[in-house]
Amino acid sequence: MRGPWVFLPLAAFVALVALMGAMLLGDRNPAEVDSALVGRAAPTLTLYALEPGGEPLVPADLRRGVPVIVNFFASWCVPCRAEHESLMALAGEHKVQIIGIAYKDKPAAARAFLEELGNPYDKVVLDESGRAGIEWGVSGVPETFVIDGDGMVRYRHWGPVVGDALETRLLPAVEAAR
Amino acid sequence: MKHLLARLMLVAAFALPAHAVDVDEVPLDDPAKEAEARDLMKEVRCLVCQNQSIEDSDADLARDLRVIIRERMAAGDDTDQVKAYLVERYGDWVLLKPPVAGRTLILWGSPVLILLLVAAGLLLRRRAAPPPPLSAEEEAKLKALLEAAEADEKEPRG
Repeated sequence: MRGPWVFLPLAAFVALVALMGAMLLGDRNPAEVDSALVGRAAPTLTLYALEPGGEPLVPADLRRGVPVIVNFFASWCVPCRAEHESLMALAGEHKVQIIGIAYKDKPAAARAFLEELGNPYDKVVLDESGRAGIEWGVSGVPETFVIDGDGMVRYRHWGPVVGDALETRLLPAVEAAR
Repeated sequence: MKHLLARLMLVAAFALPAHAVDVDEVPLDDPAKEAEARDLMKEVRCLVCQNQSIEDSDADLARDLRVIIRERMAAGDDTDQVKAYLVERYGDWVLLKPPVAGRTLILWGSPVLILLLVAAGLLLRRRAAPPPPLSAEEEAKLKALLEAAEADEKEPRG
């Protein structure tokens, strides 16, 4: 019974420490929850345009044959301001179509936000009640979804796209969705 | 001092239980359904504050989810259907008590597994071979020790 078994508790302890260390030091946000939508069809809702008389968001917008990004934002949301530069680069340099959904925002405030910082969106629509957010399983803004050409959700980015997130996460997800 | 009672009454008046369910939220007409909805709200996680139920939370999203729960129940959904609606959008995480299913087997099974491991360990220890019998020399030593102890006990204590 003795022999190698003596080291079992020590081995278990080392394994636990290694596991905890990996979880702690890894590139992981414990507040982030996996999206239930990834791998499923994107919600098909019709949402009104932010600009009066603008085109609404229709289900066909999410089945364009090319990947589309859906970005939930709000003028009152500070992290959205922080990620705006990444979205401008995504639309400009990388030529990715982005659909903006103004979450629980006043139309005038959302328009002012885009006038001040620039408009990276192909189409901007309004979700004043936050209902569309719930359909998409959004728990807060910003959240960004990569939709493939057939309308399937392929990736969800939780929180602002800042730092190297555009290069290391979002763009590879867009490439993978092509 | 004479205002003490008045002050206490004032405190009591403001010491209503803090409740997150907003005043502008309209309860369901049917009290039984409203009670069911309230019970369900206690089981649904607020995704903003994460360790509160939406019944407890002041967050905007929690309020929206409460409204949706009432809406769906008023439309005739039972609690399981409402739960399924929420899980479809937010995943199992939205339920404070995760369901017992194949993917949650490790979560629910681990306490049982640990218990079984411990029981197995204890059984193995019990079954371990008994210690070898004492040698003649050890027997003699033991006998001497026992006799000395007995003699010690018989002597009056001083």
